[in-house]
Amino acid sequence: MSWTRRHLLTLEELSLAEIEQIHTTATAFKKILGRSVKKVPALRGKTIVNLFLEPSTRTRMAFDMAAKRLSADVISFDAASSSTTKGETLRDTAENIAALGADMIVIRHNCAGSPLYLSKILGIPVINAGDGSHEHPTQGLLDTFTMKEHLGTLKGRRIVILGDILFSRVARSNIHALVKFGADVTLCGPATLVPRPLETLGVKVSHDLRSALADAEVVMLLRIQHERQTATMFPSLGEYTSMFGLNKTRASWLHPKAIIMHPGPINRGVEIDSDLADGDRSVILEQVTNGIAVRMACLYLCAGGSPEAVTPTA
Amino acid sequence: MPLIHLTNARVIDPASKRDEAAGELFIRDGVFIARPSALALKKAKVVNAGGLVAAPGLVDVHVHFREPGQTHKETIETGSRAAAAGGFTSVICMPNTAPVADNTGTIQLIKDSAARSSCIHVYPTGCITVGMKGQALAPIGSLKRAGVVAITDDGDCVQSNELMRRACEYAQMFDLPLMDHCQDHSMTVGAVMNEGALSLKLGLKGWPNAAEDLIVARNCILSEYTGAHIHMQHVSSGNSVEILRRAKARGLRVTGEATPHHIALTEQGVATYDTHFKMNPPLRTEADRLAIIAGIKDGTLDILATDHAPHTPDEKDREFDLAPNGILGLETALAVSLDILVRKNKLKLATLVDLWTRKPASLFKLPAGTLAEGAPADLVLFDPDAEWTYDAKAGFSKSRNSPWHGQKLRGRVRSTYVSGKLIYHAGTFVAR
Repeated sequence: MSWTRRHLLTLEELSLAEIEQIHTTATAFKKILGRSVKKVPALRGKTIVNLFLEPSTRTRMAFDMAAKRLSADVISFDAASSSTTKGETLRDTAENIAALGADMIVIRHNCAGSPLYLSKILGIPVINAGDGSHEHPTQGLLDTFTMKEHLGTLKGRRIVILGDILFSRVARSNIHALVKFGADVTLCGPATLVPRPLETLGVKVSHDLRSALADAEVVMLLRIQHERQTATMFPSLGEYTSMFGLNKTRASWLHPKAIIMHPGPINRGVEIDSDLADGDRSVILEQVTNGIAVRMACLYLCAGGSPEAVTPTA
Repeated sequence: MPLIHLTNARVIDPASKRDEAAGELFIRDGVFIARPSALALKKAKVVNAGGLVAAPGLVDVHVHFREPGQTHKETIETGSRAAAAGGFTSVICMPNTAPVADNTGTIQLIKDSAARSSCIHVYPTGCITVGMKGQALAPIGSLKRAGVVAITDDGDCVQSNELMRRACEYAQMFDLPLMDHCQDHSMTVGAVMNEGALSLKLGLKGWPNAAEDLIVARNCILSEYTGAHIHMQHVSSGNSVEILRRAKARGLRVTGEATPHHIALTEQGVATYDTHFKMNPPLRTEADRLAIIAGIKDGTLDILATDHAPHTPDEKDREFDLAPNGILGLETALAVSLDILVRKNKLKLATLVDLWTRKPASLFKLPAGTLAEGAPADLVLFDPDAEWTYDAKAGFSKSRNSPWHGQKLRGRVRSTYVSGKLIYHAGTFVAR
């Protein structure tokens, strides 16, 4: 099967086979990253522009790193230093970038749907690096990649996503991927941040932490985005922690081999105790490392690379 | 002015209870007249309507003509042409201009411009509060003297119950209805689409129907308490229809309008972040859409209105969150409402005409909406079955923001007369 998409906009629109194909390609790239020379010439001569109109450290660095490992030239674009602060529209900014000869755009934007909008305007591939509260497909891909490394198959596995689902693009992308894998997904957190209609996405919704965590094999914590939340969403960070924060006792309710995940950045002592974040069940830093291989796979495939061409021993 | 003798017309005029398969109309000196003498008829200009429907010029109580101050989107001239092309001969303009119409000078400016440049009858509204800021009453008495037919804070629904109550009491002295865009702002901060499963999936901030229902209920309570006539603009929520139904059953002076887009479209249009489906109140669910249609059928919703809201292509060509609310409506309203209400929901054609003519004119006491003798000869001739493709770019509005652009519609206006003068015919404007 060959890769046919030019853009990576959502995991909702990807088939299971396409997700598997990205994972397979990422596995090959991960092996390359373990060598002393970590670079391949796959995208030599191509220019990738990271158009980050919202703050990001992890995702932006991972995309940067991934592009460089593929030998692409990378230009990063900061909201603060750009003409967007002078009132230039997204269309004009993007068309200028394309006119400068970029071969691909990676976009992070606080408005949902912006990558789709760009994909309709531009003749070059668009990769969504997070759009508002909508999706963060590469994060969903690296999270499920990491889960598969630990659990093997995800079919029927009990997976809990805990925290602020309402504002979380990470949650949405993970939900779409996990549902395609056939996982048994429960969303948990306060009722204001985990509204019941999320069940229409094919998952369970619970506001009872104990029953949600019972025997789960993966718990994925989401950052409480207090900068986005108005005072009406929950009473205080303290109450949140007392009701839904993951601590040692609560972690004992999980399956004995359960892994603990977090897309970062972590609010230590809020959604997770430091002991657990740094403990041996935590795969938080593995997620970051896997983020490079997965993003290499996404950039490579959307640039027209063929999955078969990536051989680990090359 | 010569006598016009319109023959072979499917005359529909609910106001004078006419519904004739092959009727006649007589126009002289700008008004409809009784059948003149045979001698006079010999000199008449005969217009064979060819079996087209002849109805009173349509009345739209909710348009944004953007003048003064936002004339890059629309002007009274272009808006009135879009209206005439859609069969409308009387419109009520919303006061959210720049500056807002909270003072007599702005009302006079609108009236002067309309006298100069409009091909139809244009009626202004005034604001309820100064600057539409919801803090102090606008000079409502002076606005009435200047010629407003209603007061409204348009999209900036008065949030203070106390202020709304006093506005109700005060406006009654001048027999002015209040039009309200029912929206509790505290529940809709940053909201850009209907709240529900789809907004959750799309990651867009939801506008819950409860935020409309609360204000509709508030207005029913205040109307009962003060006796004022409050008109609920563009009802979008099924629950609001039910609240209104119960209030009307108790005899309260509340009325409601529905837009063509809320009866034809649902939130599914937003699924691809298409800003031509972004409006306020938002498109809602299929259940809401059906409840609004049911509300029209049983009279809970009194009239149709377009909320014609022009925005330039540049303004709409943005990230969904950042694009302005609103769509064009005047040139597609008749075809869309014919399709949804008459063809799909079996409303009588005469009832649809009533919703667009007699009823809105009577709610706001406009001299319009009838073919009766002595009435201004405002007339539309349309073919309810003619198929055409709507090209917003070739339309008469200054803007193009329509979700129906490029779509095949059924039902098309052939001719529009204002005060006895043919102003629009078969896609072109006849010199004023």
